[in-house]
Amino acid sequence: MQINEYKPLIVAFCCNWCSYAGADLAGNNRLNYPADVKIIRVPCSCRVNPMFVLRAFQRGADGVIICGCHPGDCHYTSGNYFTRRRMALLFSMLDYLGIERERTRVEWVSAAEGAKFAATMNDFTEKVAALGENKRLEDLRCKR
Amino acid sequence: MDKNNKYLQEEILRMSGVNPRKCMSCGKCSATCPAYDEMEYHPHQFVSMVKNGDIERLLNSQSLYRCLSCFACIDRCPRSVEPAKLVEAVRLIAIRKQGANHMTADDVPELLDEDIPQQAIVSAFRKYSK
Amino acid sequence: MQRIGVFVCWCGSNIAGTVDVQAVSDALKNEPGVVFSTNYQYMCSQAGQDIIKQAIAEHKLTGIVVCSCSPRMHEATFRKTAAAAGLNPYMVEIANIREQCSWVHKDMPIGTEKAIILGKAAVAKVNLNTPLTPGETPVTKRALVIGGGIAGIQTALDIADAGFPVDIVEKKPTIGGKMAQLDKTFPTLDCAACILTPKMVDVAQNDKIRIFSYSEVTDVKGFVGNFDVTIKKHARYVKEDVCTGCGLCTEKCPQKKVPNEFNLGMDNRRAIYIPFAQAVPKVATIDPNYCTMLKTGKCGVCSKVCTAGAIDYKQKDEFIEEKYGAIVVATGYNPISMDKFDEFAYSQSKDVITSLEFERLTNAAGPTAGKLLRPSDGKHPHTIVFVQCVGSRCDSCAQKGKEYCSKICCMYTAKHAMLTRDKYPDTDVYVFYIDVRTPGKNFDEFYRRAVEEYDVHYVKGMVGKVTPEGDKLKVQASDLLTNKQMHIDADLVVLAAAIEPDKSARPLATMLTASMDTNDFFTEAHPKLRPVESPTAGVFLSGTCQGPKDIPETVSQAGAAASKVIGLLAKDKLTGNPCVAHSDEWMCNGCSSCERVCPYGAITYEDKEFRMPDRTTAIRRIAVVNPAVCQGCGACTVACPSGAMDLRGFASSQIMAEVDAICK
Repeated sequence: MQINEYKPLIVAFCCNWCSYAGADLAGNNRLNYPADVKIIRVPCSCRVNPMFVLRAFQRGADGVIICGCHPGDCHYTSGNYFTRRRMALLFSMLDYLGIERERTRVEWVSAAEGAKFAATMNDFTEKVAALGENKRLEDLRCKR
Repeated sequence: MDKNNKYLQEEILRMSGVNPRKCMSCGKCSATCPAYDEMEYHPHQFVSMVKNGDIERLLNSQSLYRCLSCFACIDRCPRSVEPAKLVEAVRLIAIRKQGANHMTADDVPELLDEDIPQQAIVSAFRKYSK
Repeated sequence: MQRIGVFVCWCGSNIAGTVDVQAVSDALKNEPGVVFSTNYQYMCSQAGQDIIKQAIAEHKLTGIVVCSCSPRMHEATFRKTAAAAGLNPYMVEIANIREQCSWVHKDMPIGTEKAIILGKAAVAKVNLNTPLTPGETPVTKRALVIGGGIAGIQTALDIADAGFPVDIVEKKPTIGGKMAQLDKTFPTLDCAACILTPKMVDVAQNDKIRIFSYSEVTDVKGFVGNFDVTIKKHARYVKEDVCTGCGLCTEKCPQKKVPNEFNLGMDNRRAIYIPFAQAVPKVATIDPNYCTMLKTGKCGVCSKVCTAGAIDYKQKDEFIEEKYGAIVVATGYNPISMDKFDEFAYSQSKDVITSLEFERLTNAAGPTAGKLLRPSDGKHPHTIVFVQCVGSRCDSCAQKGKEYCSKICCMYTAKHAMLTRDKYPDTDVYVFYIDVRTPGKNFDEFYRRAVEEYDVHYVKGMVGKVTPEGDKLKVQASDLLTNKQMHIDADLVVLAAAIEPDKSARPLATMLTASMDTNDFFTEAHPKLRPVESPTAGVFLSGTCQGPKDIPETVSQAGAAASKVIGLLAKDKLTGNPCVAHSDEWMCNGCSSCERVCPYGAITYEDKEFRMPDRTTAIRRIAVVNPAVCQGCGACTVACPSGAMDLRGFASSQIMAEVDAICK
């Protein structure tokens, strides 16, 4: 492996009921997407505390994507609506801090949308990779 | 599939943007075609011949010039295969070849009469001229 | 400090093909807390599970990480393994290195690197895991079946047979569904009514079953074992318990011009009606859109002729609230609209009909009393063209039909063709097909009989255009085998329309928080291993709401759903999900933020006495989570401004640790 090749680091929060299952379906169908995407399972997209997103950027993540059920299909009825509002606020604040909008995203992926999951991850990784490394929020003390 | 057919096939697929692999061989294109009886190769055969790379036979067939470009097959194809676009692409391959014109543009005015709709004239120019 | 064991599964070559499992287990050995690390060919096998059990005992493990397939697949398996070895099952974490690693990446070094990182994240999480014990909730021993077709009927009968009370909610005035409209059934050709109506009577006479006909489910709250359901009973303006079903009113009603939906609008009924003779419940219903009395206040004929005094023009919609332990969805299907298929002239000619309409035309109780007559002029048709796959197997870009195969059309078309040739040997019957699909017991034999014994003309090809001309239908079609275009002068054209889930299914799925696919069919918990359960606990699927099915399949699925319901209702207590929210009472400031976002109303407030550090007592308002009601979504944890609220199993510290491990 080349050491100098730039690989973005992407943290994906996936809700257990739709998006995580969608990611599994992408696997079942052998749909490739970059290995730079690392998935963290949460019960619902509304479990994602803005703190987690900040923490990821602080620790050197280059992009954070949150995937949930489609609006109206949340396993917990309304969780994804909270996510949508919270993240809209958070992302605009991050934008103000210099974290480009392309580094953050909320996407709805249902359990039946393996292809959409893979396509989303390919697209997101490509956009983040084009932006290069996240330097704005990275805490250098965390750097190893 | 020989080299020339392979090249032609790729060229046709690129020009038409059609994916003949989507075809499920239902034959609705041929069922719907108003010029069916005039044709040597029928719309569904166009699709399968392009898919199988049997292009040269198509190129030499008069069927190319029998298609009215009415697009009924495109409208009714349940799989969105768009056979008329394939015909158009094969036709373009044929007429782009040096000296391979079916007729010259000068021949067209003679064939016109008042009842021919505007669309047919445009279509005729597109078909027969370079 | 935890003592963690790491178990890396090869999954044959599924994982080991793209991930160097030895490297993964070696790398994870050095993670904090890890005292044991190994890899094995099939972790989920008995031998693999024994390795885990042995390691737990030998190394006194307090937590384990299994790097294997998706936790949706085998988390439950490994939790059971841990429990069998005396470890709390919630001390198990899965690193998904199959679906989300080895299967989506092709390069060995990249796959291995990612697998190690995923493993590290899981180890970081287990380090912060705490043993959890699930709470218990009681089970309401009553089931709800939504939809009263053959699927709903069979499910209800089977559940009632086991001794549990069942309610059927049916939106039409009678149960019976689509099967009641059918004439004969393939491949045995027994009449649908003869095998369905006895079942309908069984339902009516079973004292464990209640039927809410002309009703809809309007609200569902609660969770598995404890659903609170609101049922809206539409006003039928007839007292159900008084009406004897004599049918006198339906003969005397002066409003005669109401399209009869049971016969798909091919004849008329009155404004007060009983859908068909064997309806259950056999009670008249007034159609408020056509009843002169309800619209203008002048008429009242039905009330005058009713000797039982059952008519009640002032009846109102009624809302019933009931508790259920399990819900079975059996909402069924409808043929798709033919509006987008202009080429078949469905809207232009009465003699172009769908197969369901054909079914009514040949039914002895149908508009023609079973005689096959053309809807336009009542003449006997001599040439009939059947068109298969109308709207099925369409490309998604075409925007006209459905992508899937509707499954039943090949067989019912063979049936229609065969019966027509049997009753009227003077008719010419053409069937245009793309493929004939007959997987099923005695199905292909049946189709072959139609061709060989009954001389039905099966033509490989498709109809392109139908043009009404005089009293004929000009059919232009292709015959692909002879490579000819065919022109047939037909008297009747029958379209095998694709089937789609009932329109009521989508809003119902939202109410139940059950997931659906892009075609609005309900998704099953697992396509192979859990085909009758929805991913939402306590919600089960029966019949065509899950996918196209014929009657034998529907009945067997209905029985399967019933057995799952019985299994659930037979339990006295359900062990809940221990991954619920809890509030740190010292940090909570009683602000109500969490209460406002909770979709289940699981959070309440109480005033509690605290002994403060300065030895005074103070009464503070704090949030309390009801663990039986909490479903563990975590919305409150983020809403809490003071950080008092946290989620067991998915604690903020645990997710942070995962983020840290990934971002190292």
